[in-house]
Amino acid sequence: MPLFAILLLAAGTYGFRLAGPVLRDRLHLSEGLERLLSTATAVLLIALVATAALTQARGFAGWARPAGVLVAGVLVLRRAPFPLVVVAAAGTTAVLRLCGVA
Amino acid sequence: MDMRSAMRTLDRGTLRHIALVCLADALVGASFGAIAVSGGLPAWVPVAMSLLVFAGGSQFAAVGVALAGGGPIAAVVTGLVLNARLLPFGFAVADVLGGGWRAKLLGAHVLTDESAAFTLLQRDPKARRAAFWICGVALFVVWNIAVLLGALAGGAIGDTDALGLDAAFPAVLLALVLPSLADRSVRNPAVAGAAVAVAATPFLPAGLPVLLALLALVPAARAALRRTPARTSGSEAEPQREAEQEHEPRSERRPEPLAEAR
Repeated sequence: MPLFAILLLAAGTYGFRLAGPVLRDRLHLSEGLERLLSTATAVLLIALVATAALTQARGFAGWARPAGVLVAGVLVLRRAPFPLVVVAAAGTTAVLRLCGVA
Repeated sequence: MDMRSAMRTLDRGTLRHIALVCLADALVGASFGAIAVSGGLPAWVPVAMSLLVFAGGSQFAAVGVALAGGGPIAAVVTGLVLNARLLPFGFAVADVLGGGWRAKLLGAHVLTDESAAFTLLQRDPKARRAAFWICGVALFVVWNIAVLLGALAGGAIGDTDALGLDAAFPAVLLALVLPSLADRSVRNPAVAGAAVAVAATPFLPAGLPVLLALLALVPAARAALRRTPARTSGSEAEPQREAEQEHEPRSERRPEPLAEAR
């Protein structure tokens, strides 16, 4: 991983990040489009959750990880405290793996 | 933004959540540093990447490509595709970076999945701003220290998968986003988008499936565009949205409702 590759990735990533804050001032977005943007954020994050929970290297991630995330989801719906949610997710996955579930 | 007044703006619960996310990401960051170094990369590589790129998923992916013998361009392209989602996030949180150039230039760098999610959770403009900056800056500091320590520890850090840490990242994001799914107009496209992303994963390079989830927004987008001509001043229904734009003088708002370059 040479330095120029790191700089290239850094510059491109920064461009993605900066475009919104800079262009947003010059654009007048309607209420509907504003709402659409925050919906888009939720859609992207949930898609990220689903792919991160279920897949690994284009294949199925195995049962242990999605089981942990599922436990987290149930706990969130039951309004469990946030630390418990995260610890329960990691703990479920770790225990399942300890028991030989991939 | 002044950090101390930002801390006062947020309730203790949110601050605790941010601290916990930092802790979880610290473990992931340490494993990133350790994986890169034990894979044979010099220690400055993960450290420089974390400072300059500061996007965990793309860092893992790029290092993964490099360690698998892929070329540097392949590593860069993989990382950039993964980070393309930061573009819509930037538009969604742009209101918290209003004001001077310094805020935009610095704030943009600490835009991550987590800081976008914490911002999304807050409705009040002040709280949005505070959540973004506290989460963004805290994560930046914690992530970089953790990566450095992980790189120094190298192979001494064991398999983080055995600790179930790979489930922690999706769990954290889920906990942050789930409240916004109470609204059906958000839940339906989110569920459909997630299904599209998972179904597309076997066939597309990493990062693209998540972007493909935006297809689920097409019906809502068409509705929004169709509705706009009728709503020139119909913003009374949502005073909060209105308040978020207070940095824009009212008189400057044109009657044309569609996105329009000045």
